[in-house]
Amino acid sequence: MMTWLPAFLASVGRAVLGPCAAVGRVTLFAARVLSHLPRPPFYFREFGRQLLQIGYFSLPVVGLTALFTGGALALQIYSGGARFNAEAVVPTVVAIAMVRELGPVLGGLMVAGRVSSSIAAEIGTMRVTEQIDALTTLSTNPLKYLVVPRIAAATVAMPVLAFIGDVIGIMGGFLVGTRRLGFNGATYINNTWDFLEFGDVTSGLVKAATFGFILALMGCYHGYHSGRGAQGVGQATTRAVVSASVLILASNYVLTELFFTS
Amino acid sequence: MITFCDIHKSFGANRVLCGMTLEVGAGESMVIIGGSGSGKSVSLKCVLGLVTPDKGTITVHGRDAAAGERDAFLAGFGMLFQGGALFDSLSVWQNVAFRLLRGKLKRPREEARGIALKKLRRVGLRPEVADLFPAELSGGMQKRVGLARAIATDPGIIFFDEPTAGLDPIMSGVINGLIREIVVETGATAITITHDMLSVRAIADKVAMLHDGKVQWTGPVADMDSSGDPYLDQFVNARATGPIRAVR
Repeated sequence: MMTWLPAFLASVGRAVLGPCAAVGRVTLFAARVLSHLPRPPFYFREFGRQLLQIGYFSLPVVGLTALFTGGALALQIYSGGARFNAEAVVPTVVAIAMVRELGPVLGGLMVAGRVSSSIAAEIGTMRVTEQIDALTTLSTNPLKYLVVPRIAAATVAMPVLAFIGDVIGIMGGFLVGTRRLGFNGATYINNTWDFLEFGDVTSGLVKAATFGFILALMGCYHGYHSGRGAQGVGQATTRAVVSASVLILASNYVLTELFFTS
Repeated sequence: MITFCDIHKSFGANRVLCGMTLEVGAGESMVIIGGSGSGKSVSLKCVLGLVTPDKGTITVHGRDAAAGERDAFLAGFGMLFQGGALFDSLSVWQNVAFRLLRGKLKRPREEARGIALKKLRRVGLRPEVADLFPAELSGGMQKRVGLARAIATDPGIIFFDEPTAGLDPIMSGVINGLIREIVVETGATAITITHDMLSVRAIADKVAMLHDGKVQWTGPVADMDSSGDPYLDQFVNARATGPIRAVR
C-alpha cells in the first residue's frame, strides 16, 4: 500500500533539487569569473579579438533587427493610436519603446542566438579535444584565458550595440512615419527628442550590459561543462542559447521593476 | 623522479585506479601500457593536476605534486596530447611558442618565434609550416607540432599520450624515432602511454602494465617478452584468450 509514494516524493525532490543545484553551479562559476576579472594576468589581445567577434560582427544582426522593429512599431502604434485619436504619439512611443525595452531586449536575444551558441560550441569543442587540458599544462588558467575575456568583451560590447540599435530602430520608425504615415520629418525628430529622457537611455544601456554578461556567461558555462563528443557539444550549444534567452527576459523584468516602479 | 604511491581514483561507480604504485627514475623513459579504460591517461592527468586522486600521493623530485604553486610546477612539464590538442585559433608557431608568449616564461615575440621555428625544425617541419593553422595540417604534422610544443621550453619531464594513435605505420615510426631521440638528447624523464607495441619497443627503457587499476607488471623493456606474467604475455602477444577479458 502506498508503495508509489517514496518514488513520487523522490521524483519531486529531484525536480526541485536539480534546478537549485544548477543555479548554484552557475553562480559559483560566475563568482569565480568575477574574482579573476581584476587580477593579472590580463589577456588584452584575447579581449580585443572577442570585442571584434562579439561586438563588431554582431552589428548587422542587431542593426537589421532594430530597423525592422522600429518600422513595425511605428505602424502598430499608428493603427492602435488611431482608435483614440492618438496617432501623434508615434515618434515618442517608438523612441521610448526602442530605447527602454526593444533595443536592449531584442538586441540581447539576437546576440544570444549568435554569440552564446558560438562561444558554447567553441569552448565545448576545446573541452572535447583536450585543448582546455592543454592550456592548464601550459601554465595558463583556462578560466582566465578563455572565459574572462569573452564575458568582459560581451559586457562592454552589448551597450554599444544596443545604443546603435536604438538609433537605427528610431530611424526605422522615422522612415515608416515619414514615408508611409505622412509625418513631417522635422516634427517627427522634434517629438522624439523632446520626450526622450536621459534615464530612458541609461536604463537601456545598463540592461544591455547585463544581457551581455548573461549571454556570454551562459555560453562559457555550458561550453566549459560540455559533455563528450559531438552530442555533448550540441547539447551545450542548445542549453546556452535557451538559458541565455530565458535569463535575459527574466532579468529584463527585474531591471524594469528596479528602474521604473520606484 | 616521479613516484605514484597507492593512487586511487573513481568516477562515480567506475573505479579506474585502485592502488597504483610506480616509480619512474630521473632521465628514464617509462612506457605505460594496458587495455582501454585501465587508467593510463588518468594516471598522467593526476600528476598534472587535471584530475585529483581520491587517495594516495604523487611526488615529483620528492615534492608533493598536489602542493605548492601550480604554474611553477607545471613549467617543468611538457605534454603531447593524443589528438594534438592544438589551439585552432592560433597559427602553428604561436601554438609551439604558447608558453613563451605569456606568463612567467614570456619572451619577446621575435625571440619566441625563433625558438618555435627551431623546435619545428627539430621535429622535421619546414619553416613555411609556421604560419599555417592547425586545421591546414595532416594528422602526422599536427602530432609533430604537438611534440614541438611539448619540448618548446626544454622541460625536464615530458608526457606522451598515445603519440602514434591514428597515424599510419610509417608516420608512427617517425614519431617514435623523434620521441626517442628527444628523450635521449635532452635527458628528460618521459612517461608514454600507448597500446602500440612497436612504440613500446622504440621508446621505452622500462615498461609498466596497468590492469584493474594497479600496476600488474613493471620492468625493463628487454624483459617484457620473457616476463612470465600471463597478463603481460596476453597483451604483448595480442591474444583474445587469457586472464584479461576481451569483452569489457
